[in-house]
Amino acid sequence: MNWNQAFTVARTDLKQLIQAKDFWVPMVILGSLFFCVVPLILLTLITQIGSVEVIGQISGALEALPASAQDQIQGDTPEAQTGYALAVFLFAPVAVIVPLTISTAVGAATIVGEREKGTGEFLAHSPAGAREIYVGKLIASLVPGYFTTAVGFAVYSLIVNLTVGPQVGGWFFPTAQWWLMILWVLPPFLAICLSLVLRLSATVKSTAAAQQASGLVALPLIMIAYSQSTGVLFGAGYMPIIVGAVAWMIALFSLNRGVRSVTRERLLGVAST
Amino acid sequence: MTSSDLTINVDSVSQWFGDVQALTNLNIQVPKGSITTLLGPNGAGKTTAIRMITGALEPGQGTVRVFGLDPASSDGEEVRRRCGVFSAKPSLYDRLDGWDNLRYAAEIYGLGRNADKRIADAASTFGIDAALDKQVGGYSTGMKTRLALARAILHEPDLLLLDEPTSGLDPESAVSVLSLIRDMTSGGRTVLLCTHLLLEAEGLADEIVIMEHGTSLVAGKPNDLASHFWPAPQVSIGTTGGDHLVLLDTAAGVLSVSIDGDRAMLEVEDITIVPELVKTLVSAGAAITTVSPFVPNLEDLYFAVRKGRESDDQPPPPVTASTGGQRRSRVAAAAAPTTRRTGQESR
Repeated sequence: MNWNQAFTVARTDLKQLIQAKDFWVPMVILGSLFFCVVPLILLTLITQIGSVEVIGQISGALEALPASAQDQIQGDTPEAQTGYALAVFLFAPVAVIVPLTISTAVGAATIVGEREKGTGEFLAHSPAGAREIYVGKLIASLVPGYFTTAVGFAVYSLIVNLTVGPQVGGWFFPTAQWWLMILWVLPPFLAICLSLVLRLSATVKSTAAAQQASGLVALPLIMIAYSQSTGVLFGAGYMPIIVGAVAWMIALFSLNRGVRSVTRERLLGVAST
Repeated sequence: MTSSDLTINVDSVSQWFGDVQALTNLNIQVPKGSITTLLGPNGAGKTTAIRMITGALEPGQGTVRVFGLDPASSDGEEVRRRCGVFSAKPSLYDRLDGWDNLRYAAEIYGLGRNADKRIADAASTFGIDAALDKQVGGYSTGMKTRLALARAILHEPDLLLLDEPTSGLDPESAVSVLSLIRDMTSGGRTVLLCTHLLLEAEGLADEIVIMEHGTSLVAGKPNDLASHFWPAPQVSIGTTGGDHLVLLDTAAGVLSVSIDGDRAMLEVEDITIVPELVKTLVSAGAAITTVSPFVPNLEDLYFAVRKGRESDDQPPPPVTASTGGQRRSRVAAAAAPTTRRTGQESR
């Protein structure tokens, strides 16, 4: 494995992405909306304004949480408990939806894009191996999604601690489960999704087709990741570690199979399938 | 020529894309340090041949050896590292600037610390250095071509594969690029040039391979091929009104005569008989307007090969001169009455 070549492919893709404002501006808006705007409005509404109606509705919903989750909730007042539960449990999908959506959009265009722009011809004639190209494309697709999530996660932590923290006795976020989810559970789900998306990108005829097909593949994966990450946050003990380990095994298998999808024929656009 | 004298040896290669046969029993031998030109119309299989040579495509049948290595095997990386490819489409990243495009290639080819100097040198060679900080999407077609050429030579390859390198260039730039291609072989580098522009190959090619429908029709040195198709010297003689040209038909040493209006194209046993032929015409009262030797150029050769192919490999008669023996009208040639005699008869 020539890591220099893989990183060169990844770096070049990322440079192009940075130049493509029409792509990253909507993605930044998406991340801001999920990580900043919506949590800020909801948490402020609950903790600062103290909307009785909203608190009543959410408190009712909290009773449906598993006992292990209810035990974690901190705070002495209904506002504080509701704010804590919202911050820790109910915004979990945000950390899944944003990176999967962004990485899917990047990954879908990455290989078929080389073919459409004609730059696949250069790669096909170059000494770069198919494995290096695949890994480079994987990194280039993974970084934007994960970077947005990391930044969003940091901002979200700040918002949560500033709005809910004073009512539950100080800064409390991220919790151990959130760390596990961001560092251990989310990456393999992202990898599984990208292994499928890159395979599609290598085989379909156009970027439009790749986007369509990737959307279909990503949607059920987002739902699975959503449910698993929620389970991770609710669960206790070894549950998050087991979920992450299983996801990693599936991801490694899927990535290993995915390498075969990148061939020089496909970069040139002359492969029969 | 032994296989060790060859940089490229494509031997009986066939390739299919689904039901379409792109190459049929293709043979190409490229000697070391030469400029070999693949000539052929669009769709002849030139680009597919280049893709086979770098190992980007694996041949369906036959063998390909480059530097003695099989590019479709694990040796492919070594082959590709020693090749510089200019594709028919410049295949550049439009969102990046020129420097980043070259830097990308430099890193892929593993140039390491020498990269910056090589990038500057290559860009300077093709006169694109002043535009390296501009986004490639804003380049003209000519600038893109120059940048792609700079990228092809960046890693100082032993073999340059150039697919239509002057397409999109203005005539002045095209001449300059062709001159640079010639210079590149002075260091022992081998060049394979694909083109459908005959003038581009004229004077540049050491060896030519004429391709059509995925197969090579003929291959060899231009002069050798010309000798094969025109074994006897040719001369064009023009007279006012075409008077007395029929006399040439019975003149000694004339193998064939093709008359078109006021000009006759002769195939003669020896060029030294031409003064005698002129004298015969003048004696008969003809007013001579032109006497020009016919030197077949690549265009003549190309059309002769293709015409020969169409008529079951029989080389066609030489075409009739239209002006001064250098430019000929094929329409006129087809319409012109031609008489051909054996050498014995002519004596």
